[in-house]
Amino acid sequence: MIHPHGGKLINRVVSAEERETLAREAKALPRVRLNQRELADLEMIAMGAMSPLEGFMAESDYRSVLDSMRLANGLVWSIPVALSAKDDSQRRLKSGDRLALADEDGHTLAVMDVAGCYDADHEYEAQMVLRTTDEAHPGVQYLRSISPCYIGGSIHLIRRPEHSDFLRYRLDPKETRVLFAAKGWNRIAAFQTRNPIHRAHEYLQKCALEIVDGLLIHPLVGETKSDDIPADVRMRCYEELIERYYPRDRVVLSVFPAAMRYAGPREAIFHALVRKNYGCTHFIVGRDHAGVGSYYGTYDAHAIFGEFDPQEIDITPLFFDHAFFCRVCGNMATTKTCPHGKDDHVVLSGTKVREMLAKGELPPSEFTRPEVAKILSEATR
Amino acid sequence: MPTDPSEMVTLKIPRPLYVRLQQLIAGTGFRSVTEFATYVLRDLASQPQARKDTDQMTEAELEQARQRLRELGYL
Repeated sequence: MIHPHGGKLINRVVSAEERETLAREAKALPRVRLNQRELADLEMIAMGAMSPLEGFMAESDYRSVLDSMRLANGLVWSIPVALSAKDDSQRRLKSGDRLALADEDGHTLAVMDVAGCYDADHEYEAQMVLRTTDEAHPGVQYLRSISPCYIGGSIHLIRRPEHSDFLRYRLDPKETRVLFAAKGWNRIAAFQTRNPIHRAHEYLQKCALEIVDGLLIHPLVGETKSDDIPADVRMRCYEELIERYYPRDRVVLSVFPAAMRYAGPREAIFHALVRKNYGCTHFIVGRDHAGVGSYYGTYDAHAIFGEFDPQEIDITPLFFDHAFFCRVCGNMATTKTCPHGKDDHVVLSGTKVREMLAKGELPPSEFTRPEVAKILSEATR
Repeated sequence: MPTDPSEMVTLKIPRPLYVRLQQLIAGTGFRSVTEFATYVLRDLASQPQARKDTDQMTEAELEQARQRLRELGYL
């Protein structure tokens, strides 16, 4: 089994014996209510999905990640995982203090051992991580919405954030690892997605499946921008497709609880490292991975992997060019495998698909399986 | 950290170590050796909190994971 990033699968969940004591102590501590992204990060840190992180980043890690895509200890890590202060009193927290972390309803979920507070530079963070400071970028909008005072420190999870959706699809890294071992899979490819599945995605997944033992389809179900297709719709599409077109014994569908950062290339590295923690050995990187608008080059998310020694990343990226159905070839292909021109390719933009669905039209079957088109059409109306 | 003196106790450490720690925390944001020692000891004390890699899971933990996977239909 592939090792987690940093060599050890982190577990920040307190033992049953300690839970009551810590919960009692937390009542007397200053409290911060986490936003949706921070809640998702908290759960992922605690369950080991973000190994080797043991908490929200202290200043040394934050600055190092922005400048060099590495933690202060040198390990590759491409995006900040930060907790923002919610009021001025939290600015006075200092190393050695403890802080209760709560959900939006005020329920205590964890206790943080504060390592320190520090001033983030949101302009610099946006430029380095998102490659833009344009306020139209959803990641920039997020940074504008939070305090630039960050609180770093390790966490101790008392209780998990509550979920009411996708309960049968929520697997922790240690569970996916047990699952892959039980299935006898040694080589597992992970597919990250925040979009509905079209024929191009299916093609990428099945190409990967040709060279590995199993496939983890891992749709992101954390916070996304409002015009993305809702996660429940995307999941219905996957359920339908797996039922009809995938070898059930070689595919695992589970949800990825992270929030989208829309950080393109840097998020591709993050998505890959995290999937290693789930036990995957390969990671599919398509065109404009984790991109939005035209902020990133089509294959920037491929190129960024070249900035690291493959052994540092460890999980193997599988790079795919833009895939499409070619009418002349009569099959799915990419520019790597098809000699024909654009006029022979069935390619639709996301905008065009949304327009068609809004008008009650279904995309062609060469672009989207009819079963998926039907689900998307019903969801759009 | 508690500020009520009745909630605090005194630990004794060798003076050379104390001096070394003073040097170590200079410019780090820790305001005293007490703050630093509290931080380090807290971290150390939390180590036994089930920090286990899957490879180090007990048979009972493994079976618990397998049971959940069976209940969810994955196995």
